[in-house]
Amino acid sequence: MIKPLGDSALLIQLGEEIDITINQRVHALNAILQAASFHGILETVPAYCTLLVHYDPLTLTFDQAARWVRGQMEWVDDSAHRTPRRLEVPVRYGDASGSDLEAVAASKGISAADIIRLHSGRAYTVYMMGFTPGFPYMGTLDERLVMPRLETPRTLVKAGTVAIAGSQTGIYPLDSPGGWHTIGWTPLKLFDPASESPFLFAPGDEVKFIPIE
Amino acid sequence: MLEVLDVSGLVTFQDAGRRGWQKFGVPVSGPMDWFAHHAANALTGNPLDAAVIEIGLGEAIFRARRDCVVAVTGAGYEVGTYVWTFPLWTSFHVRAGLNVHVKKITGGNWAYLAIAGGFDVESVLGSRSTYIRGALGDSIRIGDSLQTGKSARDFDKLAARTFPVEKYITYSQSPVLEVVAGPQKECFSDDGIQTFLNSEYTLSTSFDRMGYRLEGSPIAHLSSADLISEGMTTGSVQIPANGQPIVMMADGPTTGGYPKIANVTHANLPLLAQCEAGVSRIRFRETTVESAQAKYRESFKGLQTGVMSEDYENLDVW
Repeated sequence: MIKPLGDSALLIQLGEEIDITINQRVHALNAILQAASFHGILETVPAYCTLLVHYDPLTLTFDQAARWVRGQMEWVDDSAHRTPRRLEVPVRYGDASGSDLEAVAASKGISAADIIRLHSGRAYTVYMMGFTPGFPYMGTLDERLVMPRLETPRTLVKAGTVAIAGSQTGIYPLDSPGGWHTIGWTPLKLFDPASESPFLFAPGDEVKFIPIE
Repeated sequence: MLEVLDVSGLVTFQDAGRRGWQKFGVPVSGPMDWFAHHAANALTGNPLDAAVIEIGLGEAIFRARRDCVVAVTGAGYEVGTYVWTFPLWTSFHVRAGLNVHVKKITGGNWAYLAIAGGFDVESVLGSRSTYIRGALGDSIRIGDSLQTGKSARDFDKLAARTFPVEKYITYSQSPVLEVVAGPQKECFSDDGIQTFLNSEYTLSTSFDRMGYRLEGSPIAHLSSADLISEGMTTGSVQIPANGQPIVMMADGPTTGGYPKIANVTHANLPLLAQCEAGVSRIRFRETTVESAQAKYRESFKGLQTGVMSEDYENLDVW
């Protein structure tokens, strides 16, 4: 379903839940739109179950933009196997700014070692990016790690901090405020504006955490 | 070259914005009031999307290191140089050694200072816009020397020009802003939508380049105020659980998790940007995408043809 969002964007709704199959369809369609490119289409923003297409209203009407998108949607092939880019992220668990590792373990009634084992025990998909430049929203966590966000967000979380909230995990690319439970820290740089590819992650990537000392 | 003698508030470089990085979480940025931004460039003979200095919620004083032509546009400011005070929306000649003081008065929040030849600012991720929260682009500090480019045109032809802004846009502290219905309209009761369209809102004092929080009659949701996060744009009106609207502005997040009741049109965003906290009485009126786009194209056309030459001598400061 395609709906206008204001006078310069259109929203493609591909589902109404956080689900890996729907999300993969979002990334597949996003890849098709990016490869096709069309004069007046400015950029696309994939999220969990939607794809937002920004267009220039000086060049395109809503109908023209929607017609182009509809045409491209016919190329989405659910049976085609798309191999995501795979990335490994070294994490020093417990080494976060004001680490919540022990607090999370206590509230879940398991040990810190269990948290590390569960968190690093599976691969995650970057469902979408947002919040601050380069922040990956990844899922889905093992049920035993699911916790609501902090009641009072921290005013400062250091760049590289690995955190969890709800059924998701993420990494703070910049020093910023944050409301997620901090459980570790990675020495990787998630965002370097001077680099040719400024962002470590892209939506649709598959990510595995590797515990380091 | 301009030397920065004093700055307060939010003073940044802004071009038309940073495009193509929203999927990584980088907002577009760009001017809060795109019309005033583009008009400042039109007055000084620059490309409309060139980088200018945006002065917000504060003041700035610059000293010209060599002769230059400057224009200041926007609302809520006046500009003084040497012993004169100029109205906004004019271009004028500034002699080397003289100061340009962009002074805060009432009636708006944002001013734009353009210089003939443009500012020589480094481009980061394809844009010269400063995004403070993401540490992108140049900041402007007291003591800085701002490098400027060379104008292709004669100073005499660029100075003493005006832009008849009232022909194209009516800044007001009681604006009726046109909105396009949002994609989550069905998250709200009919009463909720009527409240939004028929009440008056004021701008809260907690506002910045990211978003404008409005205060007024709370808007009721039908069920939950939580939405699975999705992309949004400048002008998107989100309604969180407390029912008070938040309008996303230039540095607004690329995605959001509250239902969007509507979107302020491109043509009317400058009016909202210049609303004053606690003073303005804001109303909304629904329009269609087609009509919103037609008005945007119309204001854009005005920018390309609107600049007028005036021959009043005191715009030429010696």
